[in-house]
Amino acid sequence: MTTPIVPSKRSLFKIAALTVMAAALAGCGKEEAPKKAADAPKAAAPAPAKPEPLKIAFAYVGPVGDGGWTFAHDNGRKAVEKEFGDKVVTSFVEKVPESADAERVIRDMAGQGNKLIFGTTFGYMEPMLKVAADNKGVKFEHATGYKTAENLRTYDSRTYEGAYMAGVIAGKMTKTNTLGVVGSIPIPEVIRNINSFTMGAQSVNPKVKTKVVWVNEWFNPPKETEAATALINGGADVLMQNTDSAAVLKTAQDKGKRAFGWDSDMSAYGPKAHLGSAVINWGPYYIKATRDALEGKWATGSSWWGVKEGAIDMVSIADDVPADIKARVEEIKAGLKAGTYNIWKGPIVDNSGKEVLAKDAVADDKFLGGVNFYVKGVEGKVPGGDKK
Amino acid sequence: MDAYALLVAATLNAGTVLAIAALGLLINEKAGIVNLGAEGMMLCAAIAGFAAVVHTGSDWIGFAAGIGAGALLAALFGLLVIWLNTNQYATGLALSLFGVGFSAFVGIKYVQEKIPERPRFVIPFLSDIPLVGPALFQQHPLVYLTMAFAAGLIWFLHRSRAGLVLRSVGENPASAQALGYPVRRIRLAAVVAGGALCGLAGSYLSLVYTPLWVEGMVAGKGWIALALTTFATWRPARVLLGAYLFGGVTMLQFHLQGAGVEIHSQFLSMLPYVATIVVLALISRNPQWIRINMPASIGKPFYPGS
Amino acid sequence: MFPEFVTNVRHSRESGNPVTFSERRWIPAFAGMTVTDGIIIMKYETFNRLKLEARPEPSRVWSYCSPLLALLITVLIGVALFSALGKDPLRGLQVFFWEPIKSGYAIGELMVKATPLLLIALGLAVCFRSNVWNIGAEGQFIAGAIAAGGVALLADKGTGGWIVIAVLLAGTLGGMLWGGITALLRDRFNANEILVSLMLVYVADLLLGYLVYGPWKDPAGYNFPQTKTFEAVTQIPRLFAGSRVSIGLAVALAGVAALWVFLFRTRAGFALQVGGLAPAAARYAGFSSRSALWLALLVSGGAAGLAGALEVAGPIGQLTPYVPAGYGFAAIIVAFVGRLHPLGMVFAAILMSMFYIGGELAQSRLGLPKSLTGVFQGLLLFTLLACDTLVMYRIKARSA
Repeated sequence: MTTPIVPSKRSLFKIAALTVMAAALAGCGKEEAPKKAADAPKAAAPAPAKPEPLKIAFAYVGPVGDGGWTFAHDNGRKAVEKEFGDKVVTSFVEKVPESADAERVIRDMAGQGNKLIFGTTFGYMEPMLKVAADNKGVKFEHATGYKTAENLRTYDSRTYEGAYMAGVIAGKMTKTNTLGVVGSIPIPEVIRNINSFTMGAQSVNPKVKTKVVWVNEWFNPPKETEAATALINGGADVLMQNTDSAAVLKTAQDKGKRAFGWDSDMSAYGPKAHLGSAVINWGPYYIKATRDALEGKWATGSSWWGVKEGAIDMVSIADDVPADIKARVEEIKAGLKAGTYNIWKGPIVDNSGKEVLAKDAVADDKFLGGVNFYVKGVEGKVPGGDKK
Repeated sequence: MDAYALLVAATLNAGTVLAIAALGLLINEKAGIVNLGAEGMMLCAAIAGFAAVVHTGSDWIGFAAGIGAGALLAALFGLLVIWLNTNQYATGLALSLFGVGFSAFVGIKYVQEKIPERPRFVIPFLSDIPLVGPALFQQHPLVYLTMAFAAGLIWFLHRSRAGLVLRSVGENPASAQALGYPVRRIRLAAVVAGGALCGLAGSYLSLVYTPLWVEGMVAGKGWIALALTTFATWRPARVLLGAYLFGGVTMLQFHLQGAGVEIHSQFLSMLPYVATIVVLALISRNPQWIRINMPASIGKPFYPGS
Repeated sequence: MFPEFVTNVRHSRESGNPVTFSERRWIPAFAGMTVTDGIIIMKYETFNRLKLEARPEPSRVWSYCSPLLALLITVLIGVALFSALGKDPLRGLQVFFWEPIKSGYAIGELMVKATPLLLIALGLAVCFRSNVWNIGAEGQFIAGAIAAGGVALLADKGTGGWIVIAVLLAGTLGGMLWGGITALLRDRFNANEILVSLMLVYVADLLLGYLVYGPWKDPAGYNFPQTKTFEAVTQIPRLFAGSRVSIGLAVALAGVAALWVFLFRTRAGFALQVGGLAPAAARYAGFSSRSALWLALLVSGGAAGLAGALEVAGPIGQLTPYVPAGYGFAAIIVAFVGRLHPLGMVFAAILMSMFYIGGELAQSRLGLPKSLTGVFQGLLLFTLLACDTLVMYRIKARSA
């Protein structure tokens, strides 16, 4: 590296100018459309020769090892691999931020020949729409979003069912009648979960009240620890969370309180404190979506799966939970599976006293999608929630 | 009332991380070196300590690993800055950026790991006193050690010969060298000591405060520790108080939320940072005060033999 | 924080040597990195057989070669890392250095990533050359994005194309305002600009959070923290169809030219640099360090704010809590690796963008972790700082 090349200023200019020109020329070329058309048999033609495997890609917002949200999605991916064997080839990119970078990553996935792409967080909505518009031959699945397109559909899970069941357990196990929830971001899904948790608790213990602390992030263990500490200091002895790490459970264990796991089975993180885990099982949906794509039955729409379809469950319930409560949880599960049990059934009153659901009325999905109030028993106001 | 006691306890816990790191940075700066790489050192120490405990189950080894990681990185920084005279600010920044990426890289395998359950520390008798007990006497031993260390540091800096030498190196390295002291080695020793303390703070974070590993978990505490030393005009006792103040403000925002206070959480979160700026402005205003308290050779390289 | 230059001037005066100003136009000097003005020869004793001997003049060759050597060392460490992780090192290098430039679309994406880095780095170069340590460019970026977003939200379907100018202007002014706060506190209260600008990054980030969770939240957005998507008319015009490259690239390149002219052809630029190297000498010459401070912070704040506006009204198209992408900090590396020289920073920006995009591709192509990007970027700066010693010193074998 000691060759005495001393580029003069003039030659530097030349190099720079050439670079710019090269960029200009290259940019003039049209964007390389994903031309790898060599894969994915979507046709149901029963060709005796082995068709090329379907390439599926997953975009994750967090690390696969988070033990929570992304971990659950990755488990779903593994279930697809197990189910379909060499008919599919899956890949994933983790920690894709919910920003302009997402578009590049997803576009690259389409360009690499993936025919089915899953985007596992709300923030990918706009990028996926853009890439979907430019790649009509690729199917896109967006989790927790609300915009669809001809080749983009949305899917979500009824996490509130898990929250409700947790509430039933919590209502019985609390000694101070104060529950705490570590909230992530104040979107309807999370508000709904807080409400369902409270309603579940109130169904066995009408005196229960709930405190909420927001960390404004999905995943931030130190902050979640601080929030959990604040809740415990404020009198809560059973905690739930909508954040994605095991920090809340660990904090509860350290302070001798109880808590629930969320998204995945977290019992190993705090065995003494763990009461149960409200898990999301993405396997069934991912298998269905893959089957749709393989058999050419894929169509746009939106899916919202819960206990009934096997997407939500309450697992690893602690031994010291009384038998009658365990039985009640099983009863609720059976009812949800059969479609005979409704969690959101009137009369429901919000915490300012207003009735939001009349007696015996059952909330439909639209109502549930726009939940923007706290039910009676939850303290405080929904952050930024009074916008109409 | 109990809630206030518990808030105090949480404050002490949160403040200890900042205090340990800030005291380490104070030692650095007393010798005239500014190490902007605190964030990177704390992160690498956090993952080192966590990994060590995952593999060996022993907290002692975990803390030792953290201290070692911090000291190692600081030694690298010291070599560059003291012997090669690279720009202190740029090198410190490089250390921070590198440390963030490197710790994330090494930590990938450990994101889902768990470590053995953390023991609860309760001082018998004292912790049973109503109010004061839960507030002050149920902490991890490191919390008390930090306070003792701060006291020890005050003694060291102002009452011991070695401390005097350190301070003179920081004030006027040329004179110190003229007196025959190995200025560069003393500075290196200070930098390594500072790094070791930042490492201890980092491993406290991943072993005691939030016993998990996630990348970036230091979340800016390294930068706040840096601000703290200036904020506290380079005095250990003030550093301690400042650290508890910051820890308190951070915890306060969650407690206020839990108590139903309706300020937007973002403004509450801003408090520590705005407070730092305000205090910085107020204390920097008086150039005399700064000149009396700030080690004069901070940030400047030193050339022996000139 | 006085630059070392002053110390050296004092030394050489004491030792009786005349102080000479060497021709400094062609060496971009780091503030604080010693550019010897007197003739000082020192002997270092190192632990091994080599010793560092100061050069009589900073080496011109090495000031160009040092970044290249640093890159080489980083690449070598990278190859070692790839092998240690069980991946084919050549494929790894290919992913980082070839894939990001192998098609028109890829180059376009590279430019999209490099544009904000370059813009911010241009501003930072002005700052660092005048010994103003603006670490808070990220906060100024966010402030610019907020201001630009605010103006963009005012547009409705009937607004004309002029709104793009307003959006960009607002972004620039927002960034200048944020930089101005740091300047004010340093000017009036002598507060350390490193700490103030850094704290302001957190404040800006939280302010953005407040706005997208609160007053600016999209009412039709299901309570998600984001503003509504900006009207199509506010979109920064693309340079070429089929690529995400916007006129921001043209703006950045214009900035490169402007900075070159400013630094090397105007009196104000010269004054700025002298002020950074030798405040005492600058004072004697009548250059005001106060105006240099304000100029530096306003220019870098404006540049960062403009970059923020281009991001928000360009690829992102709305305000979300994820607008801050760390460009403000990465730009510091770009500035240093580019030797604070406008043309050097162009290459450095492209290099850093390759690391970003390469890191992403390494994930999907090779299964390598994303954190590699951060490792390489940090490593590059480290090795650069170490290699820079070769500019000032030469290595000689110790004689007996």
